[in-house]
Amino acid sequence: MEEQLDALKATTLAAIADAADLRTLDEARVASLGKKGKVTELVKGLGSVDPSERPRLGQLFNLLKRELEEAFAVRKSELEAQALDARLRDERMDVTLPVRERPVGRIHPVSQVQEEITAIFADMGFEVAEGPDIEDDWHNFEALNMPPDHPARQMQDTFYLAEGAAEGIAKGRPLVLRTHTSPVQIRTMLGGKPPYRIIAPGRTYRRDSDLTHTPMFHQVEGLMIDRQTHMGHLKGCLTDFLSAFFERERVPVRFRPSFFPFTEPSAEVDIGCRRSKDELILGEGDDWLEILGSGMVHPNVLRACGLDPDEWQGFAFGMGIDRVAMLKYGIPDLRTFFEADLRWLHHYGFLPLDLPTTYAGLSR
Amino acid sequence: MKLTLPWLTEHLDTDKSLAELADKMTALGLEVEEIVDPGAPLEGFTVAHVLSTRPHPDAERLKICTVDTKDGLKEIVCGAPNARGDIWGILAVEGLRIPASGEVLKKARIRGVESQGMLCSARELGLGQDHDGIIELSAEGLEVGMPAACALGLEGPVIEVKLTPDRADCFGIAGIARDLAAAGMGRLRPRSFDPIPVEGPSGPGIRLDFMPEQRQACPLFVGRRISGVRNGASPRWLQERLRAVGLRPISALVDITNFVMLDINRPLHVFDLGKLEGDLTVRMARPGEKLAALDQRTYELDAQTVVVADDKGPQALGGIMGGEASGVTEATTDILLEIALFDPMVTARTGRRLGIESDARVRFERGLDPELVMPATEYATRLILEICGGKAGPSSVAGEMPAWRRPMSYRPAALQRLTGIELESGRAREMLLALGFEVEASAQGGQPHLDVVPPSWRGDITTEACIVEELARLVGYEHIPETSVHRETSVGRPVLTVEQRRRSLVRRVMAESGLFEAVTWSFIPPAQAVLFGAASPILKQNPLNAELSAMRPSLLPNLLSAAARNYARSIPQGGLFELGPRFKGAQPGEQVWGLAGLRFGAAGPRTWSQAPRLVDALDAKADALAAIEAAGIRADAVQVSAEAPVWYHPGRSGALKQGPNVLAYFGQIHPRVQQAFDLDAQTVAFELDLDALPHPKARGKNRAALETMPYPPVDRDFAFIVDGDREAESLLKSVRLVDRKLVREVRLFDVYQGKGLPEGKKSFGVAVRLQAADRTLAEAEIDAIARRIVEAAAKHGASLRQ
Repeated sequence: MEEQLDALKATTLAAIADAADLRTLDEARVASLGKKGKVTELVKGLGSVDPSERPRLGQLFNLLKRELEEAFAVRKSELEAQALDARLRDERMDVTLPVRERPVGRIHPVSQVQEEITAIFADMGFEVAEGPDIEDDWHNFEALNMPPDHPARQMQDTFYLAEGAAEGIAKGRPLVLRTHTSPVQIRTMLGGKPPYRIIAPGRTYRRDSDLTHTPMFHQVEGLMIDRQTHMGHLKGCLTDFLSAFFERERVPVRFRPSFFPFTEPSAEVDIGCRRSKDELILGEGDDWLEILGSGMVHPNVLRACGLDPDEWQGFAFGMGIDRVAMLKYGIPDLRTFFEADLRWLHHYGFLPLDLPTTYAGLSR
Repeated sequence: MKLTLPWLTEHLDTDKSLAELADKMTALGLEVEEIVDPGAPLEGFTVAHVLSTRPHPDAERLKICTVDTKDGLKEIVCGAPNARGDIWGILAVEGLRIPASGEVLKKARIRGVESQGMLCSARELGLGQDHDGIIELSAEGLEVGMPAACALGLEGPVIEVKLTPDRADCFGIAGIARDLAAAGMGRLRPRSFDPIPVEGPSGPGIRLDFMPEQRQACPLFVGRRISGVRNGASPRWLQERLRAVGLRPISALVDITNFVMLDINRPLHVFDLGKLEGDLTVRMARPGEKLAALDQRTYELDAQTVVVADDKGPQALGGIMGGEASGVTEATTDILLEIALFDPMVTARTGRRLGIESDARVRFERGLDPELVMPATEYATRLILEICGGKAGPSSVAGEMPAWRRPMSYRPAALQRLTGIELESGRAREMLLALGFEVEASAQGGQPHLDVVPPSWRGDITTEACIVEELARLVGYEHIPETSVHRETSVGRPVLTVEQRRRSLVRRVMAESGLFEAVTWSFIPPAQAVLFGAASPILKQNPLNAELSAMRPSLLPNLLSAAARNYARSIPQGGLFELGPRFKGAQPGEQVWGLAGLRFGAAGPRTWSQAPRLVDALDAKADALAAIEAAGIRADAVQVSAEAPVWYHPGRSGALKQGPNVLAYFGQIHPRVQQAFDLDAQTVAFELDLDALPHPKARGKNRAALETMPYPPVDRDFAFIVDGDREAESLLKSVRLVDRKLVREVRLFDVYQGKGLPEGKKSFGVAVRLQAADRTLAEAEIDAIARRIVEAAAKHGASLRQ
């Protein structure tokens, strides 16, 4: 019997070694260790041997079985590894193929810059107010200390609406496309109680069209009214804003006296720049670039909104959004903003998830 | 406005440099835009004396000049016809850059003769168009080697100032000097306004003829006759000065009026008395009257126009322009000088109506110093007598000095209150005095304040805040203490309204789904407004052009135009959207926040991985749904119905609705509309009113607990055969409603039409996932639901495909 065992062991190990694939190996396993396998058959023969021999032979059998099982397992994992290698050799793709595209659009620079401005002023506690694009003469001019025939009205070439023109003029309130965002100041002050701290971005319109002017453009208005805000705050607020907006440690800022009918005292704000042949570099150099108009809200404007100028005071400013977008991002031509040219939008636009925040940075 | 440094320093005794003066002007609110020194390019050019000339041996028209120069005698070849002995000219030597051409002068041999320099023409020096010959200077006071700029009498540096409309007083150089003096930049040197003795005859009578309510149109009018004048060319200094600031010298009398206007901000007019008939009346024009003015145009006048008239009719437009017929010429010997006050509003209105932008109008409509009328009369008379000779008659004065004094009260605390600047009240008083204010300290009513009267030339000072600005200007805005603005709390509160926040989110979702954000005009051609539903377009009264004259009732027209432009530029596909106002009515507030988007051409770029297809209505539907979901509305709460405005394809468009409310329209653009926009690519679009979308109910911050459901789901697929025109949504909805608890998901995974199906039929492949929260579904239970699903589908005409 022992010889039989040895022979069986030898042939089975040979079969394992010879098995070239998993199926042949499995057949060999069934042929030796399966229910009707040779090893199993031989075990059945144990019953007929001398009982005194049985324990020893039984042990030999178990040994053989374990040995073979292990040999099968080892060979199996070898073959599996070979099979995987073979599969991986076959499974190839051209990874240089262009990927399946997921086209992403862009945010217009005006929207992006508007959100940048909003983020900065939100940090200073300013809310965002809105007003209509079609205004009446009173909100756009008169309440802002520009009575009819005021020379300053000629500074702004106004679009008038034909709609109900006669009746509007009869009531002294012809309809206009707002020439600035300043009427939102008026609506804000009339619409709620002081203190106020708002910015008002939006579309504005002037009857002007040339290389640097378009009949529609964007402005952002700022208004801060309480009992003690003075020009020092205006200066601090705008200086902080400009440094934050242009993302520089400290942008040189110059305030100089100017004139707007709705502010007194008034100030024009310039930022330092350097002009070379075809480049404008902001934030350094000894040239100045006019960037916004501002001042203390004129007492007549406060009065028009029912506020006592001896009790309430504060500043207002107005700035061109398109203009600062052009300056910050080096966009050369204002007119191209409104052409919806896909090449332009792709080039100058912003990725949709590039949300400007003051904590993460306004832009990359 | 332009001024020159020498002109300014006639008014201001100063030791400051040009740069210091310019910086201070800007700091005072008189913004210096540019400084140009016309003498700068003439650096190195010098005076030379031509001693004699002889003909060039080889050229008929050339001469060889012997010239005395700063470097001794030189021989210069010159082709100018006026080159001859004993004239004084301007010499350019080798190495100098010729201003007109920008070229550097090189040593040259001209027809074999070396020329040791060049004698210059006026044009070569950039001093005019004269190129007929070389410059000939009058010998008086000249020396060989003198700098050309000096010999030519060029005014010094020209300063261009951008004046704000309130600073009427600075439209004269004296006013600018006054501001600089008040700011400590020097001492003011006033002009002499001493009275001129009367030696000549008096002029015609002058009468102001106004209705009482119109009297302010011309409250004061002074006329002065000066007889025996000679009106030739004005002296060189005057011509140079006017030319330097951009005015063309005309004749001595005209030049003097321009000079006085620029010098002390006092427009004048001079009539040729020989051309006037009878007395003068200042009055409103009569209907039908006309005036041929000095600008060679004839104006029709109305009853709002102030004229100076003689017996023949209007001879001048008050405060704006004189008449051609009564203007001075070289033959004029007897003149009437007019110095008057005209109302700013009346002047502005007339100027606007007639379209005249004269230097006089600019000054009158901003308001002039009434107290300057008499002094200016003397000043102008003196200049005329000095330059043109003659004898001055007495001044005839009509009307009277209007009351201009506006006493006001100034509380010294106002400066700090409004600007943060701290200033001793003594300093404030000094500054106001320097600016010409009358100032009295007072404590009436218990509070210390200053009683002030602004000077007669500062009509713009109307409130205490104006005085604050004056003081802040003089102190300097750079001394305003910069004070940061802080929030009330260290952590900021959100500042956007729910609508604003939603708009921002929707905008970014639209871009993320592949659309490019456009910003387009708020106006469109009226025909497009009609095409897009405006029964009567809201029109601008004064559009820049007809194309942009109607307020847009929809955002789509501009996007369609843009798509057409892009497509025409060989961009075969693309997507655009805009978020902005559309106008439902002409009144303020009748606008809504619209969102519209479109896609044109192929759906996505041509690629190896996908079969090409054109965009279709479902692409637009997806965009609309994305917007609606971003706005916080659940897509499964939205129904679709096949209704849309007329600009969509009737069979390929629809509305997204919530109950009876339309949330959005979408679909393919109607072929006729595409044609109207010259848009050749298939285009689909959607539009909605963003702020009109309902806001999701606030449910607090707590989320419902997550149901993970441990029991296995069962997936069953069904193939339903339906009529070809059967809509999918209602069938899917019925399947979903078979069992609200167990049917977890219904998905249309296949739509098939064609081989293997009866004519006119299509099949829907529907995948259904069943899952119970509390048990494993038994086979029988699953079969029962499947049967009910088939029954539900049958109600929509669906049968199971065998």
